[in-house]
This record gives sequence, structure tokens and C-alpha cells, in this order.
Amino acid sequence: MLAHGKAIKYGDNVDTDVIIPARYLNTSDPEELAKHCMEDLDPLFTKKVNKGDIIVAAKNFGCGSSREHAPIAIKASGISCIIAETFARIFYRNAINIGLPILECPEASRDIQDGDEIKVNFDTGEIFNLTRNKVYQGAPFPDFMQEIIANNGLIGYIKSTRR
Amino acid sequence: MGMTMTQKILADHAGLDKVIPGQLIKAKLDLVLGNDITAPVAIKEFNKIGINEVFDVNKVALVPDHFTPNKDIKSAEQCKIIREFAREKNIVNYFEVGQMGIEHALIPEKGLVVPGDVVIGADSHTCTYGALGAFSTGIGSTDMAAGMATGEAWFKVPEAIKFELKGELNKWVSGKDVILHIIGMIGVDGALYKSMEFTGEGLKALSMDDRFTMANMAIEAGAKNGIFEVDEKTIAYVKEHSTREYKVYKADEDAEYVKTYTIDLGQIKPTVAFPHLPENTRTIDEVGEIAIDQVVIGSCTNGRIEDLRIAASILKGKTVHPRVRTIIIPATQKIYLQALEEGLLKIFIEAGAVVSTPTCGPCLGGHMGILAEGERAVATTNRNFVGRMGHPKSEVYLASPAVAAASAIAGRIISPEEVV
Ligand code: SF4
Repeated sequence: MLAHGKAIKYGDNVDTDVIIPARYLNTSDPEELAKHCMEDLDPLFTKKVNKGDIIVAAKNFGCGSSREHAPIAIKASGISCIIAETFARIFYRNAINIGLPILECPEASRDIQDGDEIKVNFDTGEIFNLTRNKVYQGAPFPDFMQEIIANNGLIGYIKSTRR
Repeated sequence: MGMTMTQKILADHAGLDKVIPGQLIKAKLDLVLGNDITAPVAIKEFNKIGINEVFDVNKVALVPDHFTPNKDIKSAEQCKIIREFAREKNIVNYFEVGQMGIEHALIPEKGLVVPGDVVIGADSHTCTYGALGAFSTGIGSTDMAAGMATGEAWFKVPEAIKFELKGELNKWVSGKDVILHIIGMIGVDGALYKSMEFTGEGLKALSMDDRFTMANMAIEAGAKNGIFEVDEKTIAYVKEHSTREYKVYKADEDAEYVKTYTIDLGQIKPTVAFPHLPENTRTIDEVGEIAIDQVVIGSCTNGRIEDLRIAASILKGKTVHPRVRTIIIPATQKIYLQALEEGLLKIFIEAGAVVSTPTCGPCLGGHMGILAEGERAVATTNRNFVGRMGHPKSEVYLASPAVAAASAIAGRIISPEEVV
């Protein structure tokens, strides 16, 4: 499985309230949510994001509430993968559970600059920076999570085990 | 190597004698919780699985508390989804407007969690029930859907940080100040993926309400859960609220902690978290001159009866500053009624405060007290992120009910000592 796109870079502690402010949580429609993704942190996000782009952030990405609307909004806005130094744990679960690939890699998180062209191989955890000609090694998913992702999220996984 | 409280509970619920940090397990669930924001998404996912019943109609709880009483048409539609699902699936613990309260105050009050339970809730502050010696953690809607369907959830067994409490709290200092102090010390990712275990002789000095407040904000340090050792106070609380059987887990003598902090409760001063992160703490004497426009006393962190009592003791016979909109929200119907009977609501209203029916309301910038551009609030809530209570250019200062009430009178952030 691969992701390929431009890096959009953010800093530490990007919280779920800026990813999708609560004032928009009276709906759960992915397209509606995507319209307001990152609004309070980066009002230009929805204009600049292209399908396949990759968010690269620093520490504790996704801290705050358990709203699955946060990874849903990010996924629906076209982001193919998030790379960060660390993720907040509920966000981490939620992203895996809805089939939005995320990778922890401190080196890539520091080195990648806004606008760099990035390719990610989820099976090996390798992150390629095509702009800077560099490779970073992220942690590949444990088998159990690979299975969840292969089934397009937790619900697909449960359906497959029920059969 | 022994196990921590959390590890023991998880091992038992996974049917294992022993677990080690990092191990992926599947654990049986005693309760699965959701609210009006997260449950509609979970219900949509549940319906995709293709089964008709939840795993146990007594072990699912649905609480519409965030945008209720329905603040607009869209919110009303979300609540309708939950209500209909609850009826169709015969969910016993659905709490309609009029019976509901903020979920994390309501669930313990209804006796739905007891020591030794494993609980997941599609709300990050589900960690609150750790105050009862349960393993309880926030998850997302998809996990909630899976939990409702299977009665199980996957977990990575966490490492733990131990907080050894000693001494006693000074006057005007509460559980809120202790947890803000801890978050200021270790940071908003200081306990990332880990459990925070609270123990030590200092526990005796903490009321159940203090403990709920502290466990509630474990997530603000990034923790998977916060858990308190069970003592007589816990047992008394559980017996008063529940008839369910419980099991007390104690950490092994040789349990391994990645770090141990000793906290002298007597050294803690009233503490305020400045915008825009709960870790930006200052003690009350370092706050300086901060004029405010609004005070909110409520939320799953500090909307319990002790919180209202302390606020009333400060507001009694006084009036709030003319510039400060003061909003007081009892967390549940029971607390609301108790405050009414104790005369607390009269004190609030006579002081010029607004008293609301239970709701999350302004805590997450939903309704009932949204901030305009440039406005500042002191709130007893748990998060002060950008835009949390309204405009992205507004500010939230987190504090205890005592500091919030005193600040409402003064029109700026001050110590309760200055007004009483
Ligand atoms: S009171 Fe605030 S923190 Fe607590 S559940 Fe409601 S919105 Fe969340």
C-alpha cells in the first residue's frame, strides 16, 4: 500500500478542536466536515489541499477529544496519510479504525518541509522524500493493525472474522 | 515482575494470568458508552456490521448531553438517531433530556461503573471512572460500534506512571488544582499511551468528587487512563450508588512503573492553566492582572455538588462583577435538585449568575455561553484549546470552582482568599 503527495506541515499538539471545531459537530457527514477541516489552525487548508497530500506534524497530533469526526474530516479532505513524531492515543485508534493510515517517525517529522514531495510504503514503514532525496524509516504496523487496515477499518475486520 | 492495577484488570478481562506492557489483547467490556456527538457515527458503523442486537442491553449507555436540550435542527436530528436506536435495541441505559446529565457525572451516580470494571466510552473523558478503581478509557465511534456488537475491544497494555500522594490539601485547594499541577509538571503528552495510577496515604484527604475531577483530566496529560486505588471512601460511594458486585485490584508490590512522582498535597496552591494548553499552568500568585468577561462553573470536571457548594460559599451575599457573565451548570439532574434543596441555586441567582439545566454547553463551545472575538473566560472545564469555547481568538483559563467563583466577583482572576 502506498501514499504519494505533497507535505503539509504543522507543529506540536495539533488538537481535535482545531482539526474540526465543535461548532460543526452537529453533523457527521464526511463532506460537510471536510469543508471546515483545520479551520481554526490554518484557514487556507481546504484551499491548498490536493488529493493524496500528506500531513506532517510534530508531537502529540490529534490530542483532545475522541471525536472520530477529526480523522474523518482529514480523510474526506483528501489526505492520504499522516506522519508525526507521536500521536495522541485516541486519535491513533480512530485513524486506524476508519482506515486512515498514520505513521510515527520523529526523523521524518523533523526533516520534511512544507511542500516536499513524499511517498510512503505502509508495508515496510519507509518514507521517501523525493524533493530532498532521502529515506526515513517509520515503524510498520503490527500484524493485528495491518489486518484492520487491510479490511478497510475495524468494522470490515469484524465482518471478516464473523464469517 | 508484578502488575499494576490497570494491567491486572486488563489481564482478568482478557482471560489471561499475566499481561505485559505493549501486549495487544482483546478484553471483555462491562460498559460501552456514547453521546449525542459520537453515538450517531457509531450507530451508522454498527448497522454496517449486519447484526440486529447489541451484545448486552444492560451494558450500553447512551447519553445525549453535548448539544442538548437540542440547540438546533441538526443537533435534534443527531439526538433522534440515538433515541430511535435506543428504543429499537431496548437499551436500558438511555437517558432522555429530563433524566440526563453530563455523562461522566451521570454514569457513576447511576451506579453503572464499579471497581474492577473495564469501560470504553466514545468520549475522551471516559477516563473519569478510574476514580472508582475501574479501567476506563476514551475511544472513538468505530470502537464504540464494535464494542456494542461484540462486547469486546482491543487494547495495547499500557505502561504506568505512579503518583504517590501524601499530606493534605490546604483551604481553597481541590482535586482540580492537584491535576492542573500535575499536568503543568509532566505536560500534555507527559503520560502519552500510559496509565496514571494514584495511590498513597494522601488519598484519604481526597473526596470522591476530587478524585473524579483528577481522573477526568488524565486525558489532558495524554494518558490512556487514570486510576485510583480503592479505599473505604470508594467502597462507601459504590455501595450508595450501585448494587452490582465489584472487585478490588491492588497493584503488586513489585509492579513496574516507568516513573514515580511523590506529590505533597500540602504544597499545592490554587492553579490556573493559561491559554491554549492545559499544561500552561501558573499558581494563583503568579497570575498577574487578567480581566475576564465570563465565568463558567460546570462540566464533567467540576459540575458536581461539592463544586457548587464551594462556589456558593464564596458567592453567598455577594454579586458578580457587572462585566462578568457567570454561568453555573449542575452536571446532573440529581445534583441540580440537591443544589436547589440546599439553597445553592438561590445564592447563585441572587449573586447575578445564570443557572442552567445540565448540559456540556459552553465547555466545548456548543451553546449556552459562547465567547466572542477577544473575550476571556475562567472555566472549571478541562480544555483551553484555541476556539474551545467559541471564537478562535477567545481565551479560556482553566481553574477550580473556588478560583472561578472568586474571579466572577472580582472581574479578574484572583485567589478566593481575596474575596472571602
Ligand atoms: S462537559 Fe465538556 S469535556 Fe465533559 S463531556 Fe461534556 S464537552 Fe466533554
